[in-house]
Amino acid sequence: MPIRKVMKANEAAAWAAKLAKPKVIAAFPITPSTLVPEKISEFVADGELDAEFIKVESEHSAISACVGASAAGVRTFTATASQGLALMHEILFIAAGMRLPIVIAVGNRALSAPINIWNDWQDTISERDTGWLQFYAENNQEALDLILIAFKVAEDERVLLPAMVGFDAFILTHTVEPVEIPDQELVDEFLGEYMPKHAYLDPAKPITQGALGFPAHYMEARYGVWEANENAKKVIDEVFAEFEKKFGRKYQKIEEYRTEDADIIFVTMGSLAGTLKEYVDMLREKGVKVGAAKITVYRPFPTEEVRELAKKTKVLALLEKNVTFSVGGALFQDFSRALVNESEKPKIVDFILGLGGRDVTFKDLDEALAIAQKALTGEEFEEVNWIGLRKEIL
Amino acid sequence: MAESPFKADIERVQKEYSEKMTPGAIVYLPGSSVVNKTGSWRVFMPEFNRDKCVRCYLCYIYCPEPAIYLDDENYPVFDYDYCKGCGICANECPTEAIVMVRETK
Repeated sequence: MPIRKVMKANEAAAWAAKLAKPKVIAAFPITPSTLVPEKISEFVADGELDAEFIKVESEHSAISACVGASAAGVRTFTATASQGLALMHEILFIAAGMRLPIVIAVGNRALSAPINIWNDWQDTISERDTGWLQFYAENNQEALDLILIAFKVAEDERVLLPAMVGFDAFILTHTVEPVEIPDQELVDEFLGEYMPKHAYLDPAKPITQGALGFPAHYMEARYGVWEANENAKKVIDEVFAEFEKKFGRKYQKIEEYRTEDADIIFVTMGSLAGTLKEYVDMLREKGVKVGAAKITVYRPFPTEEVRELAKKTKVLALLEKNVTFSVGGALFQDFSRALVNESEKPKIVDFILGLGGRDVTFKDLDEALAIAQKALTGEEFEEVNWIGLRKEIL
Repeated sequence: MAESPFKADIERVQKEYSEKMTPGAIVYLPGSSVVNKTGSWRVFMPEFNRDKCVRCYLCYIYCPEPAIYLDDENYPVFDYDYCKGCGICANECPTEAIVMVRETK
């Protein structure tokens, strides 16, 4: 029987790692995800998880150790956030290029300067071009589930790509919620043992990994990462379906909420989706036709699902906790790209909000709604809007 | 051109080597580097004047690749599949039998 425990997302991530039974965990503590390796080291010390826990001197070393372990052929896990993930940046490309299915739990946190330990998505969003798969959790249960799903997708032979699972700093990492811990036997059935066919250490069958790729081969290797990302779209759907069958919880790349006959659909990721659903409920009671959509899978980007979503509405209002300077948010670019050649498309309005842990309140969402309604009625509107900005101190 | 001293190796690898890209560009066959041409980034190439050559072998000795073989008469032969155009051979040549010229593709 699955047990329910009250826990933080950090603990949920550690539990997910325990259930997935990685053979090597290499991690360096960083706020807000420190508790993940702490909890895992407890599991290892108590003999509850049979794994090598490597204490390293930096995140660069943590991911490097994971690359080494994964290249040797075992399931590998680590956790980090913000500057830690940024320090891993160089090796993230290597892990993806070498097609090693490492999983990272990321407590989504703002990047310096100024130093800020609170939540936004700039850390993982900045790594969107590394080739890694990216999942975003709305609550602690999703943090646990998506890590198991990430392992399954990453290790699929049609994919073989590393994956990161993001959950919002403090809003999730340090907030307790009831989380259902699935049965170990069921997880074992779901994940199975990691038996790599492409990358493993065998003295009887030596191979070279991560070798120099001349211009004659590099482009094809990069295309391999591209193709694997494309393949992952189908694999993720399959894994979501299998997960639902086994554990009863349903996941979709884009989860829709009250989008039927909506004039405006707000789109967001992570924990903000919870706030947004409440907000949509409130507006619907007032008769305002709005809906919400949550991006669970950001890479590979769910282009087809975005196109389907766009058909249902007149305005897509994107709520983003990240910035791409002079352009807007990352979702704004991705949505624009997905819809650029569609003959009929909704207007897209971008909102940058909640950076560095600033609360996103209904008042902020009201501000966004007012601008989205301008777009709806054909009035002039700004494409990119900073919501909740304290203009008086500028 | 003289036969490469690695002919047997190259033939063995060529037989077993698959050009197919593997996941993660993993190399499963030891020695497969011999079938990969490594002279692709050359800008200058050595031009050899046989008449000036005194067969001192300095070019042959100093070539860091080694992309210079000796033919049956012990004259140097340049393997442009592997020569990276470093110019060491031309620099070492006491008789200026080797000059570096700009290569265009």
